[in-house]
Amino acid sequence: MKKTVQLVLSAFLLLTPFLASASGEEEYNPKDFALHHIADANEWHIVGGIVVPLPVIAYHKEDGFTVFMSNKLPEAHHAPEHAAAEGEEHHAAEAMHAEEHSDEQHEAIHTDEHATADSHHTEAGYKGYVMSHGRVARADGDSFLDLSITKNVAAMLLNALLLVIIFVSVAKAYSRRPGQAPKGLQSLMEPLIIFVRDEVVKPNLGDNTQRFLPYMLTLFFFIWFANLLGLIPFISNPNITGNITVTMALALLTFILTNINGTKDYWMHILWPPGVPFGVKVILVPIEILGIFIKPFALMIRLFANITAGHIIILSLVGLVFIFGKAGESLGGGLGGAAVAVPFTIFMSFLEFLVAFLQAFIFVMLSSLFIALALEKHEHHHVEGAAHH
Amino acid sequence: MLVIIDALDLVKPDPGLFIWTVLIFLVVLFILWKFAFGPIANALSDREKGIQASLDEAKKAREAMEAMKADNERILNEAREERAKMLREAKEAKDQIVAEAREKANQEYNRIVEDAQKQIDNQRMAAMIDIKNQVGQMVLEVSEKVLRRELSDKQAQEAFTRQLVDDIKVH
Repeated sequence: MKKTVQLVLSAFLLLTPFLASASGEEEYNPKDFALHHIADANEWHIVGGIVVPLPVIAYHKEDGFTVFMSNKLPEAHHAPEHAAAEGEEHHAAEAMHAEEHSDEQHEAIHTDEHATADSHHTEAGYKGYVMSHGRVARADGDSFLDLSITKNVAAMLLNALLLVIIFVSVAKAYSRRPGQAPKGLQSLMEPLIIFVRDEVVKPNLGDNTQRFLPYMLTLFFFIWFANLLGLIPFISNPNITGNITVTMALALLTFILTNINGTKDYWMHILWPPGVPFGVKVILVPIEILGIFIKPFALMIRLFANITAGHIIILSLVGLVFIFGKAGESLGGGLGGAAVAVPFTIFMSFLEFLVAFLQAFIFVMLSSLFIALALEKHEHHHVEGAAHH
Repeated sequence: MLVIIDALDLVKPDPGLFIWTVLIFLVVLFILWKFAFGPIANALSDREKGIQASLDEAKKAREAMEAMKADNERILNEAREERAKMLREAKEAKDQIVAEAREKANQEYNRIVEDAQKQIDNQRMAAMIDIKNQVGQMVLEVSEKVLRRELSDKQAQEAFTRQLVDDIKVH
């Protein structure tokens, strides 16, 4: 009974950040709602509509580096790159933000912005920057390099901090009590470390396990912890590993590690496959070369798609509350929506809990497999080659 | 149309985030390699080696103990055999000694009997000789007495002889 109460309670807490952001009078748009929460942002909306401002670091080829907090940014009246037809929608989105921003100062800026907004296109923003859909944009629509600590970067820093604190303390436990049975946090992490080593890395890398183990362990726990952070509703489900840029960066590291460790056999296998007729080589070599890039590309897409899909499903289920409740107009409808959404959201959260582990596992499994393939020495090819001579 | 644009936004790489991701990951990798996973991996392999070593040692000790046990068993068996053998030998020795003693006793007995026989014979011989001597003496004495008396009467002579003979007491 106590467990059931806890579950229901946590499910309602799961909804709170969305309740705050979607309770405006304007028409509820589930697509915008979901995409807004999945996308990276220059501010961090946490529980209860509290917005944590994040540092903006922008580089523009004329203005140079500009650093300021994101709550100084005025809301863009028109997103520079969007057509006028979307004006109404942006207005809705803007109103939504206005609801969220309880910060008085921000409110003041916001109204200021409204005052100056009448003279379209001339808006200067803060130091030439404005906030558009949660992201920093140039007021003049110019392109610039956004090196800001965005929501994802901040979540990743949190992730990194957690990893360092947990694993350094675990490592200390090993040096403090050498050769003894694990204890506490150490015994929680040890089976996972051994799992990654013995079930994921060793079957692929064999004798090279020790060389790549720290990389693989870091990769595994980085992805897994990031996936798990994305499941915490109180910090607005930071979608770290559901961001294609993050998965691209991680896949790229595996790509680099694979190819700098490639043996002569590996490259020969790709560029001039032994024991294959010339006609087949012509077809095979481009495919093999393409394969070098397809492998990490698949890594990137797999993690991104799995985590994003999970987030979209949960957000869609939560969105049911507002669809049924007509965005707060109908309390009964909202409760009905919640009755449907809550059990499904609980179910999906558990599923995502599994997926979080599974995707980290698969990413590391395939990374070690790709590196192992690059390290492999094909001895039988030498024999074949000798027979040809 | 809108959905497609927004979805494209979703898969649009963000250079800033890319740089941050690589930077954060590499820093985490460096720190964890140096201070966490490197030492942990070493500690784990050390401990596993330690466990393997103690298992091997235990196995060796067990084997040694088994060998010792077998050795003990062998020694015990040997001792048992030895004991049996010793008992057997002792019994044999005893039998032999008894037999020898018996034989010796027999021999001794025979010798003693023989000796006794010889002594008896000797004594008898001596006695016979003595008797013979005494009889001869007596005969001589009787004859002397007879001869000394001038016998007139035949009858008296005979009575007298008879009386003499009666006087002779053979002891």
